[in-house]
Amino acid sequence: MLEVSHLTVGYGSKPVLKDVSFRLADGEILAVIGPNGAGKSTLVRALSGILPPQCGSIRYNGRDLCSLSVQERARMIAVVPQARNLPAGFTAWQVVSLGRTPYLNWFGQLSPADEELVREAMRRTDTAHLAERLVGELSGGEMQRLLLARALVQATPVMLLDEPTTHLDLQYQIGLLNRVVEVVRQPISGNGNGKPHSPAALVVLHDLNLVARYADRVLLMVDGCVRSCGTVSDVLRPAMLSEAFGVPLEVMRSPNGKYPLVVPLMA
Amino acid sequence: MKGRIVHPFWIALVALLAALLLSVLVGSVSLSLMDMARVVAARLSGTEIGGDLRVADTILFSLRLPRTALVALTGSALAVCGTSYQGLFRNPLADPYLIGVASGAGLGAVIALSLRWRYDALGLLAVPLASFSGAVLTVLMVVMLARVGRSLPVTNLLLAGVAVNSFTGAMTSFLLLRSTGELRRAIAWLMGGSAMGGWQPVLAVLPYWLIGLGILMTMGHALNVMQFGDEQAQQLGLPVEATRWVIIAVSSLATAAAVSFTGIIGFVGLIVPHLLRLLTGGDYRRLLPLSLLGGAAFLLVADVLARVVMTPQELPVGIITALAGAPFFIWILRRSRTLPYWS
Repeated sequence: MLEVSHLTVGYGSKPVLKDVSFRLADGEILAVIGPNGAGKSTLVRALSGILPPQCGSIRYNGRDLCSLSVQERARMIAVVPQARNLPAGFTAWQVVSLGRTPYLNWFGQLSPADEELVREAMRRTDTAHLAERLVGELSGGEMQRLLLARALVQATPVMLLDEPTTHLDLQYQIGLLNRVVEVVRQPISGNGNGKPHSPAALVVLHDLNLVARYADRVLLMVDGCVRSCGTVSDVLRPAMLSEAFGVPLEVMRSPNGKYPLVVPLMA
Repeated sequence: MKGRIVHPFWIALVALLAALLLSVLVGSVSLSLMDMARVVAARLSGTEIGGDLRVADTILFSLRLPRTALVALTGSALAVCGTSYQGLFRNPLADPYLIGVASGAGLGAVIALSLRWRYDALGLLAVPLASFSGAVLTVLMVVMLARVGRSLPVTNLLLAGVAVNSFTGAMTSFLLLRSTGELRRAIAWLMGGSAMGGWQPVLAVLPYWLIGLGILMTMGHALNVMQFGDEQAQQLGLPVEATRWVIIAVSSLATAAAVSFTGIIGFVGLIVPHLLRLLTGGDYRRLLPLSLLGGAAFLLVADVLARVVMTPQELPVGIITALAGAPFFIWILRRSRTLPYWS
């Protein structure tokens, strides 16, 4: 269980996140939504230790993450960034295997167990066939899956995904999120020193309909504060969304009745 | 995969051995392999070296070997530091002089030369000492200007480097314009034409080389992780700031020590890493040791050319590395333009 309480973070003296509190259970997918500038990416940077908190705490099962070293923290939280500016001269295998860094010595030598984990992560993300290819030759969707594989071999109890679908075509967006659900529901065989463990996943998403389809719970942020946090049907309500995004929105049911559909209303 | 690891390494090793041999044998007076074998055999067996061999002995042990050693140390230091900086700054234009070593060393040397020291022991050491201090002080200034608290942002470093480089460069030009006597020597120094003779320079550079390159050789994995950018590198568990401080400190010291005895040799630290990257890909665990071998081999060949092109006059080796290196580099780049090799 990841517990964030009263987290305040800023660049300089100006706070970007104000008194943010929420909980994220193991095996759960929490979507973070909100308009641009609401602090979604700042939240990812703060949780992963790039930005130190000004107040508040970040704990996993009671353990204070902010007191950990860079290496120890990388064993607790993995980040899937947007696939941009990846080192073009690396092979796909190298990119994924560098996810083992927090467990390796200074020279980065992989053990056979590490290699097996890299292979499994690449199978799970449908990138095994790309292993020898150079990253510069890959498509955006393939690179994004590599970064998911890299986060998987980090074998952390918490995984943060920062707008992983933004530059992808629709079929790759769905493909990626399907794999995220798979690895959260059926975790890979562990990090060599523990049993399989379902990670808690925090996903920053723009597309509210993907949120409705994939998230277990939703965190709506506005202007650095938590506006609402709860189940999909708690948060995806027309009044709240319209106010948060500043445009009139309507929420309907999908034709099969399973998921809410968010539709902007034209004036 | 395995074959690709072994292959370039052996090529570089053979190239280095050939270059070492060439550098020992070729010069204004060329030695034959036979001469060399006889001198070495005589030295090893401890017999008196007589008559005709005495000249060969002097050339080999007092001139060629120390020069070869100094050039090899300098070339490898420049190439390894260039590779490290290109990785650290994630910038294909980075070279070991990026943040002030060369401009500082140049200013120090020109100041020392303009004081017109006598050619005694202290006078000879004045230039290397002044250029080493100039280099270290300049880098310190750049780092202090770029620093934000305990972190050292890459963009700040680049910009502070550009500003300080042009400032020190202007001071150097000013001193050169005002100087009356030693202009020629100063310009030769700035073009890397001052490889000092004897074993003292080799011994003086060696500690910096051993410590600096020893540490940089272990940085391959860290530099690989840093290719994802500072933020991702930290999220992958690498202490980015500490790593950056260490690389900058040891690279600056090794480069400063090397150039203070040879003058500023351009281009080696820029193109050798690129050539090797084309040969072997973007893995820094391979690039670093290959740069050590390749940089030494490259500069040794350039130094042989500098000695023989206009015999008995000797050209500054920096002219050769740029004159021959630049077209070669462009040719290689154009041939392999389709490769997304940069990382």
